[in-house]
Amino acid sequence: MSIESIQQDLVEEFEMFDDWMQRYEYMIDLGKSLPLIDDTQKTDDKIIKGCQSKVWLDASLDGDKVTFTADSDAIITKGIIAILIRVFNNQKPQDILNAEMSFIDDIGLKEHLSPTRANGLVSMIKQLKMYATAYQAKLNS
Amino acid sequence: MFDVNEIRKDFPILSRKVNGYPLVYLDNAATSQKPQQVIDCIVDYYSNYNANIHRGVHTLSQEATDKYEAARNTIKEHFNASKTSEIIYTSGTTHSINLVASGFTSLLKKGDEIIVSALEHHSNIVPWQMLCERTGAVLKVIPMNQEGVLDMDAYVDLLNDKTQLVFVNHISNALGIINPIKFIIDQAHRVGAVVLIDGAQACSHVKVDFQALDCDFYVTSAHKMCGPTGVGILYGKEAWLEKLPPYQGGGEMIAEVSFEKTTYAGLPHKFEAGTPNICGGIAFGAAIDYLNTIGFSEIAKQEEMLLEYANKKLLEIEGLKIYGTGSEKTSVISFNIEGLHPYDIGTIIDKLGIAVRTGHHCAQPVMDFFNIPGTVRASFAFYNTIEEVDALVSAVKKAKMMLS
Repeated sequence: MSIESIQQDLVEEFEMFDDWMQRYEYMIDLGKSLPLIDDTQKTDDKIIKGCQSKVWLDASLDGDKVTFTADSDAIITKGIIAILIRVFNNQKPQDILNAEMSFIDDIGLKEHLSPTRANGLVSMIKQLKMYATAYQAKLNS
Repeated sequence: MFDVNEIRKDFPILSRKVNGYPLVYLDNAATSQKPQQVIDCIVDYYSNYNANIHRGVHTLSQEATDKYEAARNTIKEHFNASKTSEIIYTSGTTHSINLVASGFTSLLKKGDEIIVSALEHHSNIVPWQMLCERTGAVLKVIPMNQEGVLDMDAYVDLLNDKTQLVFVNHISNALGIINPIKFIIDQAHRVGAVVLIDGAQACSHVKVDFQALDCDFYVTSAHKMCGPTGVGILYGKEAWLEKLPPYQGGGEMIAEVSFEKTTYAGLPHKFEAGTPNICGGIAFGAAIDYLNTIGFSEIAKQEEMLLEYANKKLLEIEGLKIYGTGSEKTSVISFNIEGLHPYDIGTIIDKLGIAVRTGHHCAQPVMDFFNIPGTVRASFAFYNTIEEVDALVSAVKKAKMMLS
């Protein structure tokens, strides 16, 4: 599935909810369903540091596609990562780099783009795209 | 007669809604809300007599200077300093601390000792670490126990004839614990050490008397006391302020300037280079007048009542743990719920209109001591109500249900 159609699916899923509470409950469930990362894998080089919660993000290149694994000590943050991973997992680096991110606003999670969420979506997206940049360079070489 | 519902009418922001719910503002330790009296004072300044101070012969400049200096006198009277010139306007607590830390660079030598406490905010740790790097002085730390109370026996043991400076906060921002600063000051003076007290968290809760405390320096910010952001004070005993070199050079702080030699202005202007936050200084005075009209004993009564009630109600939630359980504390409750991250709790209750702080509260060593990533911190002011505590408790319960 293309990044765009996964995003569209997510928007439709979130549209089914009447209020923020249901959206958050769904996001918490998504967070809980994300496979756990072994503590030994949670090393400092994979951490996205911030004020509020910790995020570990790792990636590998599988053929011409990138796979991501991630974890967080906060469950809402983990839910956000689960959404991002669903969108970007098993995609080509160039497609990840080209992806539009407006779906975040569309699913009602705009507040997580705020600069006060020092460890929020923005830094996660940045890190995802950095991996994609690195793998694209590797594929080009 | 103290009537919280009447007082709330002074604060326009308290009637707004957040995410569809009435705002419950419980982040007062980060900054307090501002009453109409202070807002009016700011509007009045810019509407009627905005001018640069201390240099114009024109009427506006004279009016602005008079009000700015009158506010300095209000501050001096409120805190019972012995002279108005001992009150230095700064941009706030952090600026005040850095001014003193910078001033001591030339007064310390290698091997001198500086004492801070384990309860400090980063702004009362980092400037002293930087001072140690510049001078070769050594930083010592007063330890605390599991209740968040500083160990006074250990403190006395740390003091010796090499101790030059002691820096402690009056009240811990992360836990709300009130430190025994009178004892700390007296013991430091026994070995001839200088004491700076960081009162950023204290001055909105208690009426501080600089002369009775006998502290050498005391620093605080207006914005935690219903005043505007960007203004605060450094209080210093005259003898110490005379001894410290100027911090920044510029206009206002000079007596005479030539390319051969500049002589500095006397106190307090020696430390007030450049055009100050004139409006902020005047509004700080208005904020102090406002608090005194309500009365610090009434403020304390309301806040103690809220603290006791919130403590009792929150502890009824299973798995909730409060950090900073020492008996001497102000209306701050720092807590976690077993198995839940403070960030998650804060995010959910924000959706319900409740404003609290989550995270390490710029006091990472305190969090490391308790081995936690952070806490949820609810901090109450005199304009908070029992109903707001109930709203907090019910929101925390809802968050727990959603997150567990």
